Amino acid sequence: MEWEELIDRDGVALAPAEPAEKERRRGRFARLRESLRKSRQALTAEISSSLFDHLDEETWERLEEALILADVGAPATADIVQRLEHEVESGQVSGPEATRERLIELLAELAASEPPKLTLREKPTVLMVVGVNGTGKTTTIGKLASVLRERFGLHVIVAAADTYRAAAIEQLEAWADRAGVEIVKGNPGGDPGAVVFDAIAAAEARGADVVIADTAGRLHTHGNLMEELAKVRRVIAKRLEGAPHETLIVIDATTGQNGLRQAKIFSEAVDVSGVVLTKLDGTAKGGIALAIAKELGLPVKLIGVGEGVEDLRPFDAREFARALLEE
Amino acid sequence: MFDQLSDRLQATLADVRSRGKLTEGDVDKAMREIRLALLEADVNFKVVKSFTSQVKERCLGAGVLESLDPGQQVVKIVNEELAALMGGASRDLVLASSGPTVILMAGLQGSGKTTACAKLAKHLGDQGKSVGLAACDTQRPAAVEQLVTMGKRSGAAVFEQGTERNPVDIAEWALGQARSQGLDVLIVDTAGRLHVDEELMDQLVQIRKRTKPHNILLVLDSMTGQDAVNVAESFAERVDFDGVVLTKLDGDARGGAALSVKAVTGKPIMYASTGERIEQLERFHPDRMATRILGMGDVLSLIEKAEQVHDAESAAELERKIRKQEFTLEDFLKQMKQVRKMGPLQNVLGLMPGMGKTMKQLRSVNMDERELDRIEAIILSMTPEERANPSIIDGSRRKRIAQGSGTTVQAVNQLVKQFGQMRKMMAQIAKGKMPDPQQLLRGMR
Repeated sequence: MEWEELIDRDGVALAPAEPAEKERRRGRFARLRESLRKSRQALTAEISSSLFDHLDEETWERLEEALILADVGAPATADIVQRLEHEVESGQVSGPEATRERLIELLAELAASEPPKLTLREKPTVLMVVGVNGTGKTTTIGKLASVLRERFGLHVIVAAADTYRAAAIEQLEAWADRAGVEIVKGNPGGDPGAVVFDAIAAAEARGADVVIADTAGRLHTHGNLMEELAKVRRVIAKRLEGAPHETLIVIDATTGQNGLRQAKIFSEAVDVSGVVLTKLDGTAKGGIALAIAKELGLPVKLIGVGEGVEDLRPFDAREFARALLEE
Repeated sequence: MFDQLSDRLQATLADVRSRGKLTEGDVDKAMREIRLALLEADVNFKVVKSFTSQVKERCLGAGVLESLDPGQQVVKIVNEELAALMGGASRDLVLASSGPTVILMAGLQGSGKTTACAKLAKHLGDQGKSVGLAACDTQRPAAVEQLVTMGKRSGAAVFEQGTERNPVDIAEWALGQARSQGLDVLIVDTAGRLHVDEELMDQLVQIRKRTKPHNILLVLDSMTGQDAVNVAESFAERVDFDGVVLTKLDGDARGGAALSVKAVTGKPIMYASTGERIEQLERFHPDRMATRILGMGDVLSLIEKAEQVHDAESAAELERKIRKQEFTLEDFLKQMKQVRKMGPLQNVLGLMPGMGKTMKQLRSVNMDERELDRIEAIILSMTPEERANPSIIDGSRRKRIAQGSGTTVQAVNQLVKQFGQMRKMMAQIAKGKMPDPQQLLRGMR
């Protein structure tokens, strides 16, 4: 999965990747594999194709255990194991290697029924980024702004609408500097809606392509804060018809089953269109993304696999599923 | 999405009462429910496995099988075992005999270290201690600014040297500052790091060597999933932390990670962060956490309340009467009084296992306490004979009862009729057939 496949500009020509880009890309892929390797260890100990050499009760139990340990959650795990078990027993799938391949397919299908798209057709396109505290919203925005500018030559404005957390504006400012994009900010404690409003106005005035709005992290259980977020969205929608065009929720890969609640309640408040799964470079496997996709039909669009700008990547379901299982 | 565990256990064990005995198969079924509940709460798979086998052993032990309500008994055992696992030796902060007490804070990115540092500073400041904060997160953009701002709010001194110097040197320098200013406590904020990041883990070890902290606290997000054990084990191995600060507990994560960490490292949870405001940091209560992990609502307080008002013998007698449809209006009055002693009806029903769904519908119906007063008055206006055998209540008795209770003949009629229906229904329940609770309530009203 390449960035060019993820970004949907509706026929607008994309800056072609430079020759050197191929090399860099290969390096980046190696890095992804390297970082996912760690996350794989626990699982691969459980699931190599030899697991399917002899199929018995223990096979399914161990598969179940591995998926649970990956935070896939009991319902989604039961679903996958039952389907695989059924297909094996009915003879649709046979042989260790085919069984393992089918498992990868099932996991990938669950994660995404079709390749994800990040739609940037409008000018300006407004992206809103939401999530609970500490998942990596600001970092993700910094990296995404950088990719859109450098790789696609887009004119990006980031809006520092996290006016609550101490030094959140400074943090986004540092990222904007690194990425070489503009920032629109207000005062700490100010109205986040007003910041986004100004950012859209600035984008229109200066002919910018994309506005990415940072918002304050908030726990989905705080009704008043969720209402505030819904209000920010309403301000955006009122200022620019059809906006926000994408609303991404950032979920930390170390998150357990609560991730499902987060995705659900944020979706209810601001109509989330996709998930960014961050911190996949640790030992956490991010299986909660499968549970979210299964329960809410929300696709993962981006993953974060490290601290560097190049460590934000388009989500590739098969690669994700395979990486979970491969040695 | 996730039913209360007590509801699920109740359903699983619903037919046990009719047989009056709990078999090993029943317990296995119950353990499956508990296993699912714990996994849903993000307790580590391996911890869950060993835990359920332990609980099972106790459930098959004496007393539980014969009890009137095995479902609740099982829940109670689970809760006790969980609390034991969560609790154990609690630990206070170790204070330095002389000079500043050093507290080193460590954890993954985004777990809430910087905020926890400021909150702990406020917490200790409120206890009359002078506190300093060392800004050693030179990694994340604007982390230093965040600590400076939050430090001011907490009333603590903040020692920072920007982001150019080595965090190890900054920590040592800050300790010197704290010493020369005669501060009681120095809290060292560090960069968030992945436990697999060798370089940053080494840096943490160096800071530890140079500042010789009296307390090392691991800051852990209560929403963490199965990976919590890997994180905790790695940090324990590298810096041997003393306790955990559990953050974001104001969310609705059940926080099974706390249990996993305690189970695999033996390190206690010392503080819990419970809100956005700087003063929202508390000492940790293991017993409350056990209940939260199970999602048991207040079923335990219901058990406690029920234990206060019921003694086992009268409960057994009541059970027998219900079964044989010998339950009288006198018994009904006694029960009603006992239930009402436990608090307003709506609250009591909310506490009852299996009533969750019914409660939601009830909220619109609005159970009227005054109606219960009327029912009580009507029964109190009856003679003991009438209460034992309502069928003898004829026209003139009805008139007398209506007058005595300040109600109408129709109201008395209605009560007698409904009591008859209710008695039948209760006998069914006792025999293990669970009628629709809605129907039961209609009968009561």
